Amino acid sequence: MEFLSPATWEEALAAKSERPDAVPIMGGTDVMVEINFDRRRPPALIDLTRVPGLREWRADGDGVRLGAGVPYTGIVDALGGAAPALAAAARSVASPQIRNRGSVGGNLGGASPAGDAHPPLLATDAVVELASVGGVRRVPAREFYLGPRRTARRDDELIAAVLLPAPAGPQRFAKVGTRNAMVIAVVSFALALDARSRTVGTGIGSAGPTPLRAPGAEEFAAAEFDWEGGAPLPESAVHRFGELVAAAARPIDDVRGSAGYRRHALAVLARRALARAAADYREGGARCA
Amino acid sequence: MSEELHEIRLRVNGAEHTATVPARRLLSDCLRQDLGLTGTHVGCEHGVCGACTVRVDGRPTRSCLMFAVSAQGHEITTVEGLAEPDGTLHPVQRAFRECHGLQCGFCTPGFLTVVSAYLEDNPDPTEEEAREAVGGNLCRCTGYQNIVKAVLRAAEIRREEAAAAPGGERAAGAGERR
Repeated sequence: MEFLSPATWEEALAAKSERPDAVPIMGGTDVMVEINFDRRRPPALIDLTRVPGLREWRADGDGVRLGAGVPYTGIVDALGGAAPALAAAARSVASPQIRNRGSVGGNLGGASPAGDAHPPLLATDAVVELASVGGVRRVPAREFYLGPRRTARRDDELIAAVLLPAPAGPQRFAKVGTRNAMVIAVVSFALALDARSRTVGTGIGSAGPTPLRAPGAEEFAAAEFDWEGGAPLPESAVHRFGELVAAAARPIDDVRGSAGYRRHALAVLARRALARAAADYREGGARCA
Repeated sequence: MSEELHEIRLRVNGAEHTATVPARRLLSDCLRQDLGLTGTHVGCEHGVCGACTVRVDGRPTRSCLMFAVSAQGHEITTVEGLAEPDGTLHPVQRAFRECHGLQCGFCTPGFLTVVSAYLEDNPDPTEEEAREAVGGNLCRCTGYQNIVKAVLRAAEIRREEAAAAPGGERAAGAGERR
């Protein structure tokens, strides 16, 4: 196994261009597991831990440009206000040790449908910044996930950053697992209300071949929601929202849960998320509206 | 065909070490086999059990999910580095002994390294917070009750020592936070 250790971003891009089969590694929390289990023997690894800047975030317009290698611990510490759903998801990732190493870039690179970062990125319409020696391109998260572990990233590209829009309303994240720490989500769900565009964003994890949105549920909630006053939604509307989210999922039966359980749990998470976000909206009304 | 070897320099518990390793050598294996620091235990080798936890620049990290070559340039602290040079045990070690926070001891190095870091950030945790702090470490003997007690006791020892030290309470945690 060849081990490439670029010292700069330019060197890293050049290495990826020359060796498109090389696997980038940052925190190692996914890639190393596959290597240790001998599920995968990459011909080469590109160690990105020495590349400056990947672990940094900065304001970018109204939002935040989050370096692909910022560990979840850093997101929890710094971005609770700027990216509430992502920070909530980051808090729930695995264990303290994994949160100190794992990053959103790794979630995007691996593109497991169970990655905790995906639902918030979908719900908030975040944008993935991809780079190669040919230049930079920006792909909305909503167009990034193409199939099981398949994404819009080309083999010669590295994930540089994620652009997180400024929140314009309440955001929520919830997941179900067999215990709090160290489990892969059975299902997860993120919700973002955007008072500026009067739209609702959703993201579903662990319930399909890729992270998914529930477009029907988004349109329904946006139409039903009282954007002026944030009045509580009728029980029937909340229930319908849950049904629409569950219907958008494409779960399978596996060791973590059955498809039927996943749909049921998703509907519950979606109902709670919407009801709570509506309450957040009323409480924060003076600020958000 | 022989595998390419890398000359690496690691800083572990304040001391410089050198080793010649293939790129695939895990930090956990390097610590144990190349440097002889067998205090770090290897349980599951896929990032679940937490036994191999070491501190990398202060942050608890699973050493089975890191290559030794990637650990260069970082400050590594293993369980061997927790006690004072004169042998005085770290407050977390003393608390685990007092509270019977271990039985077979296999998982203990991971708990000790995690808790030593946790208490620097949260010197006065609640029981619930103490449980969450050790959520990434598995123990098959104790049922965790005494481990949670040991976390709370370690916090108490740290506070007592800080209060007794010149400069009083303010010394607690000061200089430890990175």
